[in-house]
Order: sequence, then C-alpha cells, then structure tokens
Amino acid sequence: MSDPLLKVRDLKIGATVYPPGEKPHDIEIVHGVSFDLQPGKVLGLIGESGAGKSTIGLASMAYGRGGVKITGGEVWVNGRDILKTSLKDIRALRGGEVTYVSQSAAASFNPAKKIMDQVVEAAVEQKKFSRKQAEARARELFAKLGLPDPDNIGDRYPHQVSGGQLQRCMTALALCPEPDLVVFDEPTTALDVTTQIDVLMAIKEAIRDTGVAALYITHDLAVVAQVSDEIMVLRMGDMVEFGSTDQIINNPQKEYTQALVSVRSIDHEEKQPTPEPVLSVQGITARYKGLNFDVLHNVNVDLHPGQTLAVVGESGSGKSTLARVITGLLPPRDGDIVFAGRTLSPSLAGRTREDLRELQMIYQMADVAMNPRQTVGTIIGRPLEFYFNMRGAEKRKRIVELLDEIELGEKFMDRYPAELSGGQKQRVCIARSLAAKPKMIICDEVTSALDPLVADGILKLLLDLQKIEDVAYLFITHDLATVRAISDSIAVMYQGRVVRYGPKSQVLSPPFDDYTDLLLSSVPEMHLGWLEEVVAHRKMESAGN
Amino acid sequence: MHPIIKLVSQRIALGLLLLFGASALIFGLTEALPGDAAQAVLGQAATPESLANLREEMGLDRPALTRYVEWLGGILQGDLGTSLTNKLDIAESVGKRLGNTLFLAFWAALISVPLAILLGLLAVRYRNRWPDKLISAVTLTTISIPEFLIGYVLVYFIAVKLGWFSPLAMINDSMSIWQKLSAIALPVIVLTMVVLAHMMRMTRAAILNVMQSAYIETAELKGLNNFKIIYRHAFPNAIAPIVNVVMLNLAYLVVGVVVVEVVFVYPGMGQYLVDHVTKRDVPVVLACGVIFAAIYIGLNMVADIVAILANPRLRHPK
Repeated sequence: MSDPLLKVRDLKIGATVYPPGEKPHDIEIVHGVSFDLQPGKVLGLIGESGAGKSTIGLASMAYGRGGVKITGGEVWVNGRDILKTSLKDIRALRGGEVTYVSQSAAASFNPAKKIMDQVVEAAVEQKKFSRKQAEARARELFAKLGLPDPDNIGDRYPHQVSGGQLQRCMTALALCPEPDLVVFDEPTTALDVTTQIDVLMAIKEAIRDTGVAALYITHDLAVVAQVSDEIMVLRMGDMVEFGSTDQIINNPQKEYTQALVSVRSIDHEEKQPTPEPVLSVQGITARYKGLNFDVLHNVNVDLHPGQTLAVVGESGSGKSTLARVITGLLPPRDGDIVFAGRTLSPSLAGRTREDLRELQMIYQMADVAMNPRQTVGTIIGRPLEFYFNMRGAEKRKRIVELLDEIELGEKFMDRYPAELSGGQKQRVCIARSLAAKPKMIICDEVTSALDPLVADGILKLLLDLQKIEDVAYLFITHDLATVRAISDSIAVMYQGRVVRYGPKSQVLSPPFDDYTDLLLSSVPEMHLGWLEEVVAHRKMESAGN
Repeated sequence: MHPIIKLVSQRIALGLLLLFGASALIFGLTEALPGDAAQAVLGQAATPESLANLREEMGLDRPALTRYVEWLGGILQGDLGTSLTNKLDIAESVGKRLGNTLFLAFWAALISVPLAILLGLLAVRYRNRWPDKLISAVTLTTISIPEFLIGYVLVYFIAVKLGWFSPLAMINDSMSIWQKLSAIALPVIVLTMVVLAHMMRMTRAAILNVMQSAYIETAELKGLNNFKIIYRHAFPNAIAPIVNVVMLNLAYLVVGVVVVEVVFVYPGMGQYLVDHVTKRDVPVVLACGVIFAAIYIGLNMVADIVAILANPRLRHPK
C-alpha cells in the first residue's frame, strides 16, 4: 500500500462557547479522530450537524473557522505534519495542495470580482501556473463541468450566473491549481434536487478525470453513496464507523449508522377528501410590487380538515408566495381564498382576529421566528393571552399541556431559545401555533434546516398532533421524501403554476408529466450506482426524442 | 436604457432639486431675520423716510418672491450680486476666496484621505493588537480636541519655538507654489488631524464588516496573506461606505474650515463669510450660503454615484 496522501492521527479540535448566562469556556468538539486517505480516492464524511465533519475537513487545511482551534493530534499531508509547520508553509499548502469547495458558492465568491479572476487566483498565487496557463486550464474545467459558454463565462460576475452554475465554478476554482486533495463541504446541499444531480455528476466526473483525492462532506447518505469510495460516519465529534461505501450502505454495523440508512421510516395512510374543504384556493394570480410579471398563475387547490396538502416545487416555483397570499401578506391580483366557509379579506389588515387565530404558520428558521429574550413559557403563552385572554394558573396549565404534547415537558418553560437545539426550537414553534387552536397550519419548509433524524421526529410529532387536534397542514417543501411521508394530497408547482394536483397515490403514480418525472427521478436513492443509472436513463430518453 | 444611467441621472436630478430647495431656504431665512440690508447700510442714521427711499432704490420694497426669482436668475448667470459694505462684485471677491479655500482643502484632502484609508487598513490587519489600538487612540484624541486649540498648540511649538513654518497662513498671487505650501502647512496639519479619525474608523468598520463574509474565508483558503485578502477581496466591497464618509469630510474641509481660517488668518471663504456676517452684508451671506450648499450637495451626490458605480450588480445587470 502506498503512503497515504492525508493521514490524520488522534485529531482533537476545540472551540470557545458563549452559553447564555455563563462564562465563556472551551469545549472539545472533535475527540481524537484518525483516518487515512490514499491518493486519488474519495472519502465521504457523514454525520448530522455538530458531528464535526466540516471542522475535520477544514483541519486538513490547518484552518479553524471562527473560534475553532486544533488542540491536538497530527494531520499529515504529503508526508509532513501541517500542524507543526509555519504559517507561510500552511499558506503554500492552502489553495495549492489542498483546496476547498463550500456549501454556498453564492456567498463564497466575491461579488465585486469577475469569476475568472477568482478561479485562477490560487493557481497563480501559489505559482502553479502563469496567469495565461491558469486561464486556459480554467476554461477547460468550465467545459468539463458542463458550464455553458466555457470560453466567456469567466468574464461574468458571480451574480450573473445561476446557483448551480456558480457551484460548478467553485469546483473549477478548487481544481484549477491541480491540487492533490479537494475538500467538498456539502457542495450540493443548497441546490434544487434537479440541479443537484447535474452538479453531482459534474463533480464526480471531474474527480475521476483529474485523479484528485477528495473529502466529501455531507449529511445526505444517499448523495455520498454516489461519489465516495469509503465512508466515515461521525457523531458528536467521534468516529462511529468507517468502511467501504458498499459496506456502510448495504451492511451497516453500528446502530447509529443503521438509523441513518433507514431514516424516513414514517408510514402514513392517505385520507379520503371530505365534501367541505377547510381551505379553498380559487384562481389565485399574484405578483410582487414592482415586478411586471405574475409569480402565481391561476392556482386552484383545496385542503380538507385534518389532512395534509403538500405543496412541492423548486426554489422560485411560487410555493412560498402562495403561503404569503393565503396569510394575507401579499394580496392577490385575482382569485379568492375561502377558509372555513368564508371568503377571507385579500389583505392582512382586513382580517378578523378569528381569521388570524384559525390560520397559523410555522417557519423554516425556528431560531429567527422566536424572540431570543423571551422564555419558552412566554413565547407559548402569548397566543393564549392574545386569543383566549388566559392569565395566571390557567395559562400556566395550558402551557404545560402544550409542552407535554410536543414531548418537551414542563422543565423547558423557563428556558431561552438559545438554550434549545434546532429540533427543540421547532417544537416550541409548533406549540406556539397550536396554542391558538387553529383549524389550519401553514408549515413552510419546517424540516429543511434540521438533520434527517431530528426532522423525522418533527414529522412524526406533526402527524400525531394532527390526529389529536384535527388540524389541517399546508406543507410547503422541496423535499419529496417528506412529501411521501406525511401528505394526503399533493400539488406540484413549477414556475408559478400547479402542474400536477391530486391525492398522493395518484400524483406519485405514473403516468407522470415531464416535470414531475424529472423531480421524482432526481431524488437521490440510497443504492450504489444510482447516479449513473439516472444519467444514463436521461441520455437514452433525450436520444429517443 | 442601462439601469445605471437611469440611477445616476436620478441622483443628479435629485441633487439639483435639493440645491433649489436649499437656495429657497437660505433666501427665506435671511428674509425672516429682523432688519434688512437698507437698515444695515443706514445703521444709526436710519429715519423712516431715508429707509423707505433706500428700500425703493435697492428694490427691497417689492415682494420677496419677485426678488428671489431675480436673485436666482442672477446666480444662474453667474451674477452673485454686489456687496453692500464695499460695493464690490461678490462673484469676483468670492472667486479668489473660494480658490484659496479649495487650495487648502485640496492639500488637506490629498494627505488625509490616503492616510486615513491606509491607517484603516493597518488597523484591520493588526486588529485588536497594539497598532490598531494606537491608531484608534491617536486619531480619536485629535478629533476630540477642539481644532482652534490644536491650531494654537501647533503655532506655539512648530511656528514659534521651532520656527519651521509661519504662524500666519497669508497667501497671495505673487508667492510661488512652495511658498504657498509652506504658508498653509500648519492649517493643513490641523485639518488633517480633525478629519482623519472619522474616515479611518469608517474604513476600519466597513472592512471588518466585509471580513465576516464567506468569500474572505475562500480567500484565506487560497493561501493569500492578510494584506492581499484585505486589499483584493475586502476593500472593493467596502468602497461605498468609505466614499460616503470621505465625501462628508471633504465637504467639511470646504464648508467647516471657518475656525481654522480665522486662527491662521487665512484669506478663504470662512473668513470672508464671518467678516460679512458681522457687517450684516446680506447679499454676501446669501452667496456664501448657496456656494456652501452647492459644494455639500455636490460632494454627497458624488458619493452616491460612486456607491452606485461600485455595485457590480448595478454595473453589470443580468
């Protein structure tokens, strides 16, 4: 066996934390992780948030984000321990031998500089190539990564290309200096599922063609299964399991890995539509002020009491705009919102307190949807005071009931949002909306910011609460697995139109329209070779047409 | 039409509108003051008859609006009126004074703006270490001391004790450029010290704000050193707020130098204005007011336009 390109031994990483009400102190976030990576191989680092996967990835460049410090162990790259070299040598390593692709290319590109200047900068700076050579190489990479007009796209500014294209430019940026190792940190997580598949394939082919080694960091096991040779499963800064991709996916040894592989185990029986929908969206057409085109075109959907309607689509499909129209934040240009038998005022100002109470909302970002200076008890108690005029012991009793319903319990009453985990915060938001005893809740991407296992728990909770409280959900999401898990009926949106609508069993069964087919076939599946199968299938289809 | 042309023309139109409003305000306020030019000229000798005669002679008996329109029309043709006290054409006297003020402001700006930005960059580079703290401490001290005090202290030590420069900043046309520069050295130093802190602090804050961005991390992971990161990646994105505060300070260098000009007996606009305010020479005060307003609005308009041009999203639309 040849010498490993990257050899990590007993790596320990610490960070300073600032918990509310306590003195700042140091904690350890990675507790002695060891692994090897051979040249030209791809190692997948997988785990939930807080597992330390990005931190380990950046440690291979001797970099700690924010207050993160490497406190112990060894990181050998190309036969030298980079934790013991000077800053000057580390700078020569970064951008030369080891490069980085971040989750959000949109944020990681400098908005004030042309793409080409940024793509070749490291290669030129590290004296790997002359500016001219580097530009030629960049154009080659642009072509290889399937970017349109590869000869000229470098002259554009980052805001002039799409998110998926920019992510590919970021990959070109990382590959341009001919590095030995690329750290991919969730490179496709921020992309739409149909875009992800193209970027994933582009990255995979680029890795194969250039023979570069890679650390591929993601929380999505199905994605990492497509690109990596080996997988390391991490949890809370410890290695859980390390093995070949085949072994981890098909024969996981540890309980935690098995849970990750079998996630999305919810089984939800589809309910039949009732004669009286609780919400009827009738011919809604809407546009934002200052735009000269409609973002919603004649949208018609119904939601039945105690049931879930999933509105699914990519970013820009108009699904969040629909929620804004239903809540009255964006008065439509045409059409009606009929709720519980009455036609609602198009604007928020015209709605009664009863309208507001019966129609609640839960958001994607639980932590910004709560006042950080209020306790959980105050947050949940507010709608009780506002809608039901509850005070004192009566209010307290109801808060405790709600806390029990969301499986947190009374002890959480005096905590502040900052003291809660992501999943707990979202539970508090659910309790706050339930406190109003609504007929319907709009859930806007409520599980998108959460780890798979935590998200699963939230979905189960929402389904249980639906049975108890008989509340209807309008569930906005881009995640088809979530849709499968909880919906009774589905509306697929594309460019402001509902392209497919009906009961779940019908929407998810063939024959499909082109867009739904594309959407469904783009969801990564947890078996090896899925990516190649889909891409081959699509090539065949387009050849057939 | 390119959106940037539209935005820039909007700014220019807005600036002109603002200037028009400012002229009306200045005229209105001098009208509202008790007494008028006729009273100021006659002084103690004023009787009701002589006042009425003089007012008719000067056209002051006509409605204010008519006089405003005439005055504005005159300004648009470059006629700023005649001084009451010395009967000289205001445009001619102001022209020379304004030239002197701009000369002083130019040299103060030439030194202070690059120095402030350089110090700001240094402060970011050595953030929270001693160079940063020293720069902040010194600039904040100089801005906190009243400028007349700095002026007199400098006069005492540099001009009187050391004898390097003249304590008086008198300049005239017969002097060579070097003689002039030597004469204005002390006021330039004082002005630099006064405006430095604002610009340096804003440069520091704007760049530090940008340094939080993800693209700075990208630059760091390319192995760039700190100066290249700041200069290449942070500075271009911090231009708009920096230009804003630079322009405000440039405006101050022209409009707010009254005290410094008086301390150093410099023949600029500030002295001229102060002299004529004490003599209640209304046409001169009006003319100076409009010129100051024009400079202020003009410089802020430039700041707005630079901020628009510095935004790549506006410069290169999709």
